[in-house]
Amino acid sequence: MNWRAFIRLVVALLAGAVFGFGLCLSGMINPARIIGFLDIASGRWDPSLMFVLGGAVIVAAPGVMLQRRMAKPILDARFHLPEKSEIDARLLGGSAIFGIGWGLAGFCPGPAISALSTGLAPVALFVCAMAAGMILHDRILPRRSP
Amino acid sequence: MFEQPYLPSLVGGLLLGLSAALLLVFNGRIVGISGIVGRLLGGQQIAPNIAFVVGLLAGPILYATAYGRPPVVMITASSGLVLASGLLVGVGTRMGSGCTSGHGILGVARLSKRSLAATVTFLAAGIIAATVMGLPR
Repeated sequence: MNWRAFIRLVVALLAGAVFGFGLCLSGMINPARIIGFLDIASGRWDPSLMFVLGGAVIVAAPGVMLQRRMAKPILDARFHLPEKSEIDARLLGGSAIFGIGWGLAGFCPGPAISALSTGLAPVALFVCAMAAGMILHDRILPRRSP
Repeated sequence: MFEQPYLPSLVGGLLLGLSAALLLVFNGRIVGISGIVGRLLGGQQIAPNIAFVVGLLAGPILYATAYGRPPVVMITASSGLVLASGLLVGVGTRMGSGCTSGHGILGVARLSKRSLAATVTFLAAGIIAATVMGLPR
């Protein structure tokens, strides 16, 4: 492994830790808070998660502006960015399915993985089911439709 | 309305954005947790994705160390609902090529039309699901 690949691992570890800490500080890691934000008829709606997404985009946007001025990332030969631009049925259908799952229990992938280290059994159950859903989509469903 | 902890939410959000910016500028990659987990399950780019996940798992431990108490993680859904929810999140994020992080944070910051459409869709679906689930009260 060359030194740049090693530093990439360190950056990935650091970015993961900053992300995980941010999830805890913001309350995103707590499904009850997510439900409090998504359930708009509860009578005690919690809008604070809009500050989380807003805060995240405020810092990510200058990162994107910087990235657009760079020919390549600091530690790699090229950027690995999604190239698709069309809005298709898979994107919207998949996002709708994800949103329903998110609203049912209050977990999305980042907080669920991060919360595994709290040792709570329902978190492990959610992550196992999510992994099964991903494998089902990536490996089992494609075989059925050519 | 102002009893909610807005400042920690905002600062926590800024950290999520910082993580996204770091990974983009240094490694040239999108902070997309469903993509990272999906690639791990598919056996692709194992080392950097494991490094990110280890960091993600360390987050609550660092938080507990800094604040002297673990982060609150309260799950009110039944086991059956958690199972169904996990399956839907797994299938949906792979089919829709992203989740709250990849589409909701970085995609929105990049003003990607696909990510904006995905974000509006999963927010709307999440609001409908959570609101309907909360109705029998």
